[in-house]
Amino acid sequence: MLEIRNLVASVGGNQVLNGINLSIQPGTVHAIMGPNGSGKSTLSNVLAGHPQYIVNSGEVTLDGVDLLAMPPEERARAGVFLCFQHPVEVPGVRMDHFMRAGYNAIHKSRDQEELDPIQFDRILQEKVKIVEIDPVLLKRNVNDGFSGGEKKRNEILQMAMLEPKLSILDEPDSGLDVDSLRIVAEGINALRSPDKAVLLITHYQRILNYVVPDVVNVLINGRIVRSGGKELAAKIEANGYEGQEQGQTLHPSA
Amino acid sequence: MEAWNASIAGDASSVPDNIHALRESAIATFAEIGFPTTRRGNEDWKYTDIRSIANAAYASLAPDPANRVATADLDQHIMGGEVWNRLVFVDGHWLPGLSSLPSLPPEVTAMSLANAMSSRPQLVATNLAQHARFQDNGFTALNTAFLRDGALITIPDGIEVEEPIHLIFLSSGLEQGSVSHPRTLVTLGANAKATVIESYGGLVDAPYLANSISEFVLGSGAHLETFHLQQHSPQGNHIGSTQVKLANDSSFTAGAFDFGGSISRNSLNVMLEGAGSSCNLYGLYMTNDSQHVDNQVLVDHAAPHTTSRQVYKGVLNGHSRGVFHGNITVRKEAQKTDALQMDKNLLLSDNAEADTKPALWIYADDVKCGHGATCGKLDDTAMFYLRSRGLDEESARRMLIHAFANEVLDNVGLTPLRVHLEQVISSSLRFEGKVEGNRHDLKQTL
Repeated sequence: MLEIRNLVASVGGNQVLNGINLSIQPGTVHAIMGPNGSGKSTLSNVLAGHPQYIVNSGEVTLDGVDLLAMPPEERARAGVFLCFQHPVEVPGVRMDHFMRAGYNAIHKSRDQEELDPIQFDRILQEKVKIVEIDPVLLKRNVNDGFSGGEKKRNEILQMAMLEPKLSILDEPDSGLDVDSLRIVAEGINALRSPDKAVLLITHYQRILNYVVPDVVNVLINGRIVRSGGKELAAKIEANGYEGQEQGQTLHPSA
Repeated sequence: MEAWNASIAGDASSVPDNIHALRESAIATFAEIGFPTTRRGNEDWKYTDIRSIANAAYASLAPDPANRVATADLDQHIMGGEVWNRLVFVDGHWLPGLSSLPSLPPEVTAMSLANAMSSRPQLVATNLAQHARFQDNGFTALNTAFLRDGALITIPDGIEVEEPIHLIFLSSGLEQGSVSHPRTLVTLGANAKATVIESYGGLVDAPYLANSISEFVLGSGAHLETFHLQQHSPQGNHIGSTQVKLANDSSFTAGAFDFGGSISRNSLNVMLEGAGSSCNLYGLYMTNDSQHVDNQVLVDHAAPHTTSRQVYKGVLNGHSRGVFHGNITVRKEAQKTDALQMDKNLLLSDNAEADTKPALWIYADDVKCGHGATCGKLDDTAMFYLRSRGLDEESARRMLIHAFANEVLDNVGLTPLRVHLEQVISSSLRFEGKVEGNRHDLKQTL
């Protein structure tokens, strides 16, 4: 589904990704683990099309289509969703209005039905249960005054509404207490299906106890230095990232 | 200048003696002080160059508007259907045929100032030109020199006017340019309550000047809500001055919305004369091309326990310029004053400019005063967030700009007006040029 070849990218004039290669098949969950500054967030922002992240070389395709040529909205319409590490507060825009605008923009691009507020709200009220969010929050401004856990759950809610083909989750576990972590993980698991894929970026192994990955990739200094099964995450948890860089990259038969 | 003085000399309107004397005095003042300039350390006019107006040879138009104006011309200004009370003026002259007062309580007077000069001379003499000083302002002197018609609204003690009174001032225009001097006088008795909307617009795309003056006088416990809605045609200019005086425990709100015109300048002077009086002043200016909007807001806290709020916001595109000069004076006797002032600007183009200048003069010691100003571009991270959810660039920009404007619009409780404003805002937004670069440049100027 997603093919990344020799991806080199920069932000603020600094080259952060130094040649990423990754192939993600439908129905799989790929974890990317790495220490601070290894390029995790850069990778997710590059894939979602943040204009401040510059691709220097390499290619990324989604179902054979050049993803890097698309502006962010077209990537969203093609089925890419980025769960933000730091969801943005947008005072003056109501959460449910914003969600419906995005939903309808994506549906319109696919010649699918657009929903009026009542129809949309009906679906929203169902999905809200997955993430255990107080529906009152959705009448407030986008992420404005939300707690850290509410912001993350709200990202999962948006993902659940849009049902993306490829979900990129940028540290969905950062700053969460155990309850929120469980809810976020359940939200991700609820979306797993044979035709969808998940790229789960994390610093810690903790969330992988809840969302069990098919492949674990270790990202260090802008390169994937090792790939393996879920046991690789446990090894990193026990021994840290030290020594991973020297290790031999295992190519899983995904 | 010669052209302006000649046009004053040529204005042979017949008015009562006291008004005639007032006009003569204003004519003499104008001849002496003329138009303000950006020179001579004139801080109030530092950012607004009105030479194009001063050097123009604008003609005053006689009251012959019936031939030039049809009901359809009003359409873009009409709000509130058949319910709102409406007085329509063209080139400063009242048009009875287009005016109607369907929901006015019988105790309330809302009429042409020209008619009031003969039928209510005492009322006019007591209040007219008592608050808008022309001795130090050429434009005010000019308006007063041509004083003859306008709107007079008088609301007696204890009367609450449910439906808004909508004053529509249109400039019919001439190819070579024209000028009008709209005038409004609103007085509220004790505990009276009303909503007054002033709409300004043009009927043709020709150069003109609307040089307006409004005086609002509030009795104790009165409440007046006002709106100033400027939708001039592209070559129109507006110089407006509003003087407000508040007695004990009265409250005043003013919403200033500037969308059209070439040069637009509003002076709003609020005198909190009575203890416990308060004002809420807010504004939104949205400009494109080389439009220029200047808001001068002066609040004078002259009594204890007075409260003022100023929140102005600008959305500036193209080569346009927004000026905000907010002045708060707290006199020695005005203890327990609570004053807040804020001006926020959103620059949609690298060539747009915002000049914001707060001034606080505080002579009392037990007061709460706050002020701030910001000037920034659309937040790149917010843009990316919206676009990552499927919104195209223009939709995302519109959403963020509406969000920016909402803080001001949320003050507008009148649904027909709110709907009208949302429509004007939508059509004012243009996106032919993209914002260059990806920097998010929120600059705290204070």
